[in-house]
Amino acid sequence: MPKDHGIGASSKRREDVRFLTGKGNYTADITLYGQTYAAFARSNVAHAKIKSIDTSAAEAMPGVLAVFTGADFADVGGNPAGWLIQSRNGETMKEPKRPVLAHGEVCHVGDAYAAVIAETVAQARNAVEALVVDFEELPAVVDMADAVADNSKRARTELTDNICFDWGWIEDNRAAVDAAFASAPHVTTLELVNNRLVPNAMEPRASIGVYDASTEDYKLYTTSQNPHLTRLLVAAFVMGIPEHKLNVIAPDVGGGFGSKIYHYGEEALVLAAAKRIGRPVKWVADRTESFLSDAHGRDHVTKIQLACEKDGTFLAVRTETLANVGAYLSNFSTATPTFLHGTLMAGPYKTPLVYVNVKAVFTNTAPVDAYRGAGRPEATYSLERVIDMAARELNLDPWEVRRKNLITTDMFPYTTPVALQYDTGNYQATLDKLIELSDKAGFEARAAESAKRGKMRGLGLSTWIEACGIAPSALVGALGARVGLFDAATVRVNPTGNISVMVGAHSHGQGHETVFAQVVSSMLGIPEANIDIVHGDTAKIPFGMGSYGSRSLAVCGTAMTKAVDKIIAKGKKIAAHMLEASEGDIEFADGKFSVAGTDKAKTFGEIAFSAYVPHNYPLETLEPGLEETAFYDPANFTYPAGAYSCEVEVDPDTGKVEIMAFTCADDFGNVMNPMIVNGQVHGGVAQGIGQALLENTSYDGNGQLVTASYMDYAMPRADDLPNYTVDHSCNTPCTHNPLGVKGCGEAGAIGSPPAVVNAVIDALARAGKPVKHIDMPLSPARVWAAMNA
Amino acid sequence: MYAFEIERPSTIGDAASALGHDGAQALGGGQTLIPTLKQRLAAPEKLISLTAIPEMQGVCIGDAGEVCIGGATTHATVARETAKSYPALSGLASHIGDPAVRNRGTIGGSLANNDPSACYPAAALGSGATIVTNTRKIAADDYFQGMFTTALEPGEIITEVRFPVPQKANYQKFVQPASRFALVGVFVAKYADGVRVAVTGASEDGVFRWDAAEAALSRDFSAAAIEGLTASATNLISDLHGTPAYRAHLIKVLTKRAVMAAA
Amino acid sequence: MTQVSMTVNGKAVSGDVEGRTLLVDFLRGGLHLTGTHVGCDTSQCGACVVHVNGIAVKSCTMFASEAAGAEVRTIEGMANKDGSLSVIQAAFQEHHGLQCGFCTPGMVMSAAALLKENPKPTEHEVRAYLEGNICRCTGYHNIVKAIMAASGQDVAAIAAE
Ligand SMILES: Cc1cc2nc3c(=O)[nH]c(=O)nc-3n(C[C@H](O)[C@H](O)[C@H](O)COP(=O)(O)OP(=O)(O)OC[C@H]3O[C@@H](n4cnc5c(N)ncnc54)[C@H](O)[C@@H]3O)c2cc1C
Ligand code: FES
Ligand code: FES
Repeated sequence: MPKDHGIGASSKRREDVRFLTGKGNYTADITLYGQTYAAFARSNVAHAKIKSIDTSAAEAMPGVLAVFTGADFADVGGNPAGWLIQSRNGETMKEPKRPVLAHGEVCHVGDAYAAVIAETVAQARNAVEALVVDFEELPAVVDMADAVADNSKRARTELTDNICFDWGWIEDNRAAVDAAFASAPHVTTLELVNNRLVPNAMEPRASIGVYDASTEDYKLYTTSQNPHLTRLLVAAFVMGIPEHKLNVIAPDVGGGFGSKIYHYGEEALVLAAAKRIGRPVKWVADRTESFLSDAHGRDHVTKIQLACEKDGTFLAVRTETLANVGAYLSNFSTATPTFLHGTLMAGPYKTPLVYVNVKAVFTNTAPVDAYRGAGRPEATYSLERVIDMAARELNLDPWEVRRKNLITTDMFPYTTPVALQYDTGNYQATLDKLIELSDKAGFEARAAESAKRGKMRGLGLSTWIEACGIAPSALVGALGARVGLFDAATVRVNPTGNISVMVGAHSHGQGHETVFAQVVSSMLGIPEANIDIVHGDTAKIPFGMGSYGSRSLAVCGTAMTKAVDKIIAKGKKIAAHMLEASEGDIEFADGKFSVAGTDKAKTFGEIAFSAYVPHNYPLETLEPGLEETAFYDPANFTYPAGAYSCEVEVDPDTGKVEIMAFTCADDFGNVMNPMIVNGQVHGGVAQGIGQALLENTSYDGNGQLVTASYMDYAMPRADDLPNYTVDHSCNTPCTHNPLGVKGCGEAGAIGSPPAVVNAVIDALARAGKPVKHIDMPLSPARVWAAMNA
Repeated sequence: MYAFEIERPSTIGDAASALGHDGAQALGGGQTLIPTLKQRLAAPEKLISLTAIPEMQGVCIGDAGEVCIGGATTHATVARETAKSYPALSGLASHIGDPAVRNRGTIGGSLANNDPSACYPAAALGSGATIVTNTRKIAADDYFQGMFTTALEPGEIITEVRFPVPQKANYQKFVQPASRFALVGVFVAKYADGVRVAVTGASEDGVFRWDAAEAALSRDFSAAAIEGLTASATNLISDLHGTPAYRAHLIKVLTKRAVMAAA
Repeated sequence: MTQVSMTVNGKAVSGDVEGRTLLVDFLRGGLHLTGTHVGCDTSQCGACVVHVNGIAVKSCTMFASEAAGAEVRTIEGMANKDGSLSVIQAAFQEHHGLQCGFCTPGMVMSAAALLKENPKPTEHEVRAYLEGNICRCTGYHNIVKAIMAASGQDVAAIAAE
């Protein structure tokens, strides 16, 4: 029987009602009294010196209230990178300044160098066109290989070369890895591109700045996945606003996928502008602006090598990657290709030796940062492609090669050669489940049927692992993080016994308002309907590091359970007093505090009431009130893992790939709401299929973004995608958080691209058209060209 | 968008005179023009909407049996109302864009715009249609003059399009995955006096006729008849979504498919 | 500025608009009906779909003045009279057909238009009809399922939750 409420139930989402009736409250929906509008002047060239900006004509335009240029922010700070990476030679990475508005130099197409505030959007945009800027074009660095090869052209004039850092993981293992390669019976080498993607949350970024001159308080409404981090960055790094004078509110947010983790200059601009003109200032990106200025994802060029025995036993993995960071370092941009990528290069395998080298490269393109999966999809793709290729070269079954190398259940906790410690898992079980659910046994018959229709059918898989629930602060601190990665929650029991839970996680589609309430309901025996989850407002919630890296439930959810534990502990004290029993004899279950072995009990509501009306209350030893806060810093990452397969048909005439089936066998640990978990997997897989078949971000040689709208950037539509089969029955609960949860938000995007590509390669091979590799996206044109090469 | 006014005349005459003024531009369904205006790529002073003119609406059968479509008829209406009289045309119209676009976009707007990847130009050229304007009748063979270029004079209005109905016809569209316009589209129509093959999406010069295929298919209307032909890649579009060679290949594949679907 | 009058969700409304005022801006800015969203500038995403005289249109690609005298329906007018969720809305909730909710108004409006034209669509027909509605969150599976369910068809066969 499926559960109908609490932990493990597919509770319907409470947030849906407002979204389905048009009552959602997104930043763009907010209209404040006296609101004005900002529009940005953005560079139309990839790299230029700003010789001058004449703002006089713009200032004189109708409705214009203020014009800002980079000079207005010359004295404030810059938007920092969150992680300082050390190069192999011991040097610290280069971190050129990222100002609110470009000053002196524009560094990519779309780089904002001025802003106009006006009474209406149209007036602001008209005035932007009236700005007279004198650019002296500088050479643009677009291609990473060129950027590395040729120091004479530099993405930023202040740099001496275009390499941000040259990172080795783990440098001490390098010699052993090289030795293993030198003596290996078989080495497979693959060069591949992990294509640059634009996250494309359907809600474009938007921000409203407000300043109250009477209290000197600032307020920022913004499309953020983590309002506290934005507050910290704006306050401490960029603007110097005292942190307690800035309230950041992220109301309903229409998807993020990483792109709304980061602080962007537009947020600082609307705050500064609100102060200068004394009125709220609103900015809403249009889609092209989003394409040009949101942080992009992926964009790695990798050479990966796998050394193995002739029987397919892995001996060593070695990679060299160029990772594009764009023209500015976005907040997580340096962590993504390093600690979220290199540390995953062991995969779920026993490979004893692994060495990863990543050079981060500055180019005159938009910043690149974490996009759903962040580093882990890049690692998984490289690994799962090279394994497939090795199996083909050795004439082995790619499914069995994986099985042979998977870490076995008796090996946990398992320390990888790239410094992670996997706590638990059962990779054979998910692989077996996949074999069953994908009906692998029936594949040959289906392939024969496709062939009759003139189509080439293929089946591909990937077995993947990720590190989520980021992360232990001490560990990430040692690795260069400038922030801690704990989370926090406050559980406030109101006098009438209903509950407000203030959480640091932020929901922008994940359904926290429902799932977190399910957890609290189960723990306290209170109906879900009596529990409200409050998020997205720094003035209401204690603190939080936001939602990304599949961390909400594993980290913030744990903080919440710890706060609930404290509520129960305090409730026991109150109950002991009221029931005239000793605290140790009080038991709490099903919403009741009772004296063990008796029928004496108080309901949760009675205890709550007593806490606020403390007439019969141990006031000499216990404070009144029933509200508890907990901060939680995880002991380890969590390690979701799974096995995915994709079945495709390729049209030999056109190269078009159709996905016939997509099957996921996941281990997310304990599942709180299966319906929502499935939805997260669906969305992730859709993005992964999008990367594999459709999406491509293309800059031309001059650094112009060719794919700056949906006319050229192919978003997956309903008819591009299949139904998905998702299973999470093979779960091994996480060992170090009380809910036993691992996180599920990114898995789909991590495991799916290699499964798709492996399936296409399989289809071609079976049809007698052996192709070693095709770079994503596998557009019809590319597949056709590869097939006919 | 820059500021402009909108007028909604109810007769072709009023529309024509309104369009006689400098800075005036026709507004059909707006499905191309409005996105263009948003990008501030055009700055008309006045838009003259053609969608409130009853004479420019609807589908009827002409004296010579041709399908006559009012210039402001939406794609959705064409799809619905030519399903029996000209199924290939109906099929084409029902795959332009998405339902909401088809509910607004018009045949006149599509032909006036002559996007190199648009679908209607292939039908018009492939059917040897007549483009009727407020001042004259233009044969499709004379009308299309390269991408985004037509025989229309400034202010001239497409009031009607007349399609001679073929014995057999079919349109095959291979979509560009992002825009969903035609990466290549081929319209094949078999008339008593010969076969016409019109190709859209492929050429730097916009829609064109594939003469060699027409000749071969006029002799033998079968996919086998063009097996030996190769479409030339010269002057074909090269972009992110396909090379000239790929487009040339698709022209042949789609032509064969159209012949098979029509046969 | 000219005055434009129309009926929105059954209520007569009027307001001043410029020639360039889009229907979506009139709805959102003029009438504060912010359920209709804007997700692109190229008329492709469908977050803005509303019904004008009973047919689905992209309100970002139509001028407000072109809707003069029309009956306009937006997401705010889709619930039952008593405020409860309509069949389509309830099916979206039941089958988890939405995550961030941004595409949702357009999806619901497109779904309603589809089911009016085609009360029992096949899965393929649903997917084809949603060509102009982009969702980045759900991967469409549950949207398709919700629409099929709203049409009264058995969706048990469509995999998983
Ligand atoms: C998302 C999307 C997808 C699309 N997909 C496709 C597709 O797959 N295939 C395809 O072919 N098209 C596609 N289109 C384009 C669509 O068909 C447009 O409707 C069409 O190209 C323009 O028609 P319109 O009536 O909207 O014209 P408008 O946008 O109003 O006008 C276009 C141009 O034509 C002029 N004009 C309009 N009507 C007339 C007239 N009667 N006489 C003279 N000049 C006139 C205007 O002044 C303007 O210059 C798509 C559009 C969108 C937004
Ligand atoms: S806003 Fe994207 S189609 Fe209307
Ligand atoms: S639910 Fe977020 S875009 Fe569809």
